[in-house]
Amino acid sequence: MKARAQALLWLAQRVSAAVLALCVVVHLATMIYAVRGGLSAAEILGRTHGNYGWFAFYTLFVFAVAVHAPIGLRTVVAETFGWRGSALDALTLLVGIALALAGMRAVLGVFS
Amino acid sequence: MASLKVTVWRSAGAGGYQAYEVPRLEAQTVLDVVTYIQRVIDPSLSYRFACRVGVCGSCAMNVNGKARWTCRTHVEKVTADGKLQIAPLSNLPVIKDLVTNMEQFFDKWAKARGRFSGARTRDDDFARVMPDSPQRRNVDAGIECIGCGACYSACDVVQWNPDYLGPAALNRAWTLHNDVRDTMHAERLAAVAGDAGCHACHTHTSCSERCPKQISPTIGIAGLKRAAAAAALDGEI
Repeated sequence: MKARAQALLWLAQRVSAAVLALCVVVHLATMIYAVRGGLSAAEILGRTHGNYGWFAFYTLFVFAVAVHAPIGLRTVVAETFGWRGSALDALTLLVGIALALAGMRAVLGVFS
Repeated sequence: MASLKVTVWRSAGAGGYQAYEVPRLEAQTVLDVVTYIQRVIDPSLSYRFACRVGVCGSCAMNVNGKARWTCRTHVEKVTADGKLQIAPLSNLPVIKDLVTNMEQFFDKWAKARGRFSGARTRDDDFARVMPDSPQRRNVDAGIECIGCGACYSACDVVQWNPDYLGPAALNRAWTLHNDVRDTMHAERLAAVAGDAGCHACHTHTSCSERCPKQISPTIGIAGLKRAAAAAALDGEI
């Protein structure tokens, strides 16, 4: 991978980290707020079904994870096992796609 | 007379520590200790030094596990219970005993384009660089590096990725990046960006902690990360 692409990966990880910092805070605060009043799972799902605001928020959350985690994993694998090159880049991409698909499946599950 | 218990790395065979007992003297430096061992106890001990006053940077070694200039390290500041352990710098091949091969260290300065490249000739007027300009301040903060290798020895990322350029080479690149007379900025950023360059730094700050000149390569590397990312976005690299 060329230096430019590597520099952009670094930037993508920093930007996604900033997004995640916000998303995690909102997610945790909402969870704590929601369960304080004793809301059941069904009641929570009732509020998320068809709510485009939460759909957009969690879609952003999922894509930030799908960008952030594989780039970090790529570095961990390279530094721990000395595995570098195009095969590692392909694995990084696959992990990102898998996280995005799994995450969006969950988002659609609480939206629809 | 009080004495010091000193263990020194000897690289005969697979290598190992050898114990020596050295007289404890007033205002004694670690380099004094190593010199005493070689001149009085065991002349086969190899080590490297030149100036003895913290100018040349050739006497850096691991003293009780930390990279230091031995000439500027007083024994009283580093001895734990009157014991000293002296080893060659880490992350570099050992030639013999306390002498490391610095070839890869300096090759990486060249890879990081650690060379000034200007456009002016002797017929041009002097370049005017304001001392209080942000670029000049950045240069001032990093320019005093004398290439001793203490930061390189302390760097975890070099240990994990032998191709990593290391703090000293990147610090050099950062000072040149801030040199307004230099004409090779984009080429240098391309050379120092990425997995074996500035973006590999984990900001452990071991290099800044260990630099005997109190330089912070970490700050320079962070600057290079931002500059290289901006250049990548602009299509300059």
